[in-house]
Amino acid sequence: MAMLEIKDLHVAFPKGKKSEVEALRGVNLTLEKGERLGVVGESGAGKSMLAFAILNLIAEPGRVSQGSIAFHGENLLELSERDIRSIRGNRISMIFQDPMVTLNPVLSIGTQMVETLKAHRRISDAEARKLCIAKLKEVAIPSAESRLDAYPHELSGGLRQRVVIAIALLTDPELIIADEPTTALDVTIQAEIMALILKLCRDKDVALILITHDLGVVAEVTERIMIMYAGLCVETGATQQIIQAPHHPYSAGLLKALPQFAGRGTRLYQIPGSMPPITALPPGCAYHPRCERATDMCKAQIPPLEHGCACFHPLDQTEAAS
Amino acid sequence: MFVISLIGFSIQDNLGDPLRELLGQSVSEEVRNEMREEMGLNDPFVVQYIRFLGDAVQGDLGDSYFFKRPALGVIMDKFSATFELVLGAVFIFLSLSIPAGIYCAIHRDSLVTRIIMSASIIGISVPVFLTAIGMVWLFGVELGWLPAFGRGETVEMPWGWDTGLLTWDGISHLILPSITLSSIMLPLFIRLIRAEMMETMSTDYVRFAKAKGLSTARVRYVHAFRNTLLPVVTVGGLMIGTLIAYTILTETVFQWPGMGFLFLEAVNRVDTPLIIAYIIVVGLIFVVVNTLVDFLYTLINPMVKLPGGKS
Repeated sequence: MAMLEIKDLHVAFPKGKKSEVEALRGVNLTLEKGERLGVVGESGAGKSMLAFAILNLIAEPGRVSQGSIAFHGENLLELSERDIRSIRGNRISMIFQDPMVTLNPVLSIGTQMVETLKAHRRISDAEARKLCIAKLKEVAIPSAESRLDAYPHELSGGLRQRVVIAIALLTDPELIIADEPTTALDVTIQAEIMALILKLCRDKDVALILITHDLGVVAEVTERIMIMYAGLCVETGATQQIIQAPHHPYSAGLLKALPQFAGRGTRLYQIPGSMPPITALPPGCAYHPRCERATDMCKAQIPPLEHGCACFHPLDQTEAAS
Repeated sequence: MFVISLIGFSIQDNLGDPLRELLGQSVSEEVRNEMREEMGLNDPFVVQYIRFLGDAVQGDLGDSYFFKRPALGVIMDKFSATFELVLGAVFIFLSLSIPAGIYCAIHRDSLVTRIIMSASIIGISVPVFLTAIGMVWLFGVELGWLPAFGRGETVEMPWGWDTGLLTWDGISHLILPSITLSSIMLPLFIRLIRAEMMETMSTDYVRFAKAKGLSTARVRYVHAFRNTLLPVVTVGGLMIGTLIAYTILTETVFQWPGMGFLFLEAVNRVDTPLIIAYIIVVGLIFVVVNTLVDFLYTLINPMVKLPGGKS
């Protein structure tokens, strides 16, 4: 049995009085213990929605309208609020995008760490503090003891994200969901933080769902990849395989847009157009208006996900490898 | 404080001739002039003001024309009444607005929320004197449940302080005026707390707190509410001025023997020293309260440090 198994997940938001629009339109995903998965897509593709759905934290008035999320065979969507809380931040923890706003500005780092431990373990304050200091050292925060009494505004962005990572690791979770953990950081810090996350996940055999739009990072960190477009998974498979030979025209377009694939001095490739908002999806394959391989069939039907690729006209081996 | 005293003092010339009130109609012009000279009223403004300042820093704000006693003393006699009225009002609006604001933020679409929100709109729109008169009519006259006149029985305390809080009669007299006074702040604060709470509830750190698996109560009251308090405290400090202004109205309607009532009487009698003393005392209260609020602010917001405090 897979550690995490998501089946046909739909997330819907009300639109007007009666109708609903779907931010996720049937996503499937499995994750084994210790596996690292990259979820890639443009802004609005539903990546973060997927992350929040797993922890049952979708902001009102959104809701999971269909599907199941099984964690060790137990459907998280059917758990009581109390039971899901014992999993949140304990067995599955999350790292947010912007460390500047993830930590509560009026509470000290120590308070915010200790409360996490106390929510899940019977532990004395002194012991909790000791453990927190150990974790802060693990994420390479200098003078960890004194940081416990510091407030978030006294730390730099990179340090704050390290604190967030330390909080995520406090309870030795089995799965960490990192929602664009480096996007809001300085470029020079990004690589450091990513390397830290990778090292910690490897050392402790923690599974990782890395949500990002940076294919370069995904190539370095993850073993498997899932490319999302307009609330659907369009291509999934081993990271190296997809990076080298994408089959879906959208994946190919994303890869072509990376600077390392463009010749020196040439313009970067750009996928024409932009992703439609979930309120105005075209019929059929949502990508067809931007796809150069689109036919009438693409306009009429949504292509099913077969052999890891949801496309009626996938690139073949020779095309893909070029 | 200096500016307040200057403004306060400079309006006195425009309030009318104190001698007319003091001496009545039947005194001859010579006697009047003599009296003016004696009281220093013919001196230039600057001279008068400097003389006033010199006395003021020694705690002498002049004698009330009407009471023939030091104006400051007259005001301080009434201070306890106003203080208790404001205390009652603050108690009422704090104990109602915080729970109501939080409730309305969490259950944003429930029927109770809609009722509270609609009522608060009405509450904001109705002028205080109408609320006051309505209260007097309904509870004081029609139902006869509560007294709507005066302060009731008071108990002498040390330092000349008299309190109405120790007898049931005193408390029952306090209820209507303090409800009236709090009715200015209450709807505003419910709406403010609700808006701020809703905003903090949707921030990333509250979401992160939830993702850490914290209990709902901890997320709401430790993570969200503390941040809600910051703007509320700021606005609260500023509103103190409004509250004091409205004590004049409330005290008049309820014949509450406080500073505001006294002030209005002083205005009618052109009792300038008393008016100036009132303005200065209120200014002082305002300054002290705002300093306290700033201090309170540093306690809840670690990002604000008073100079000289530990960094």
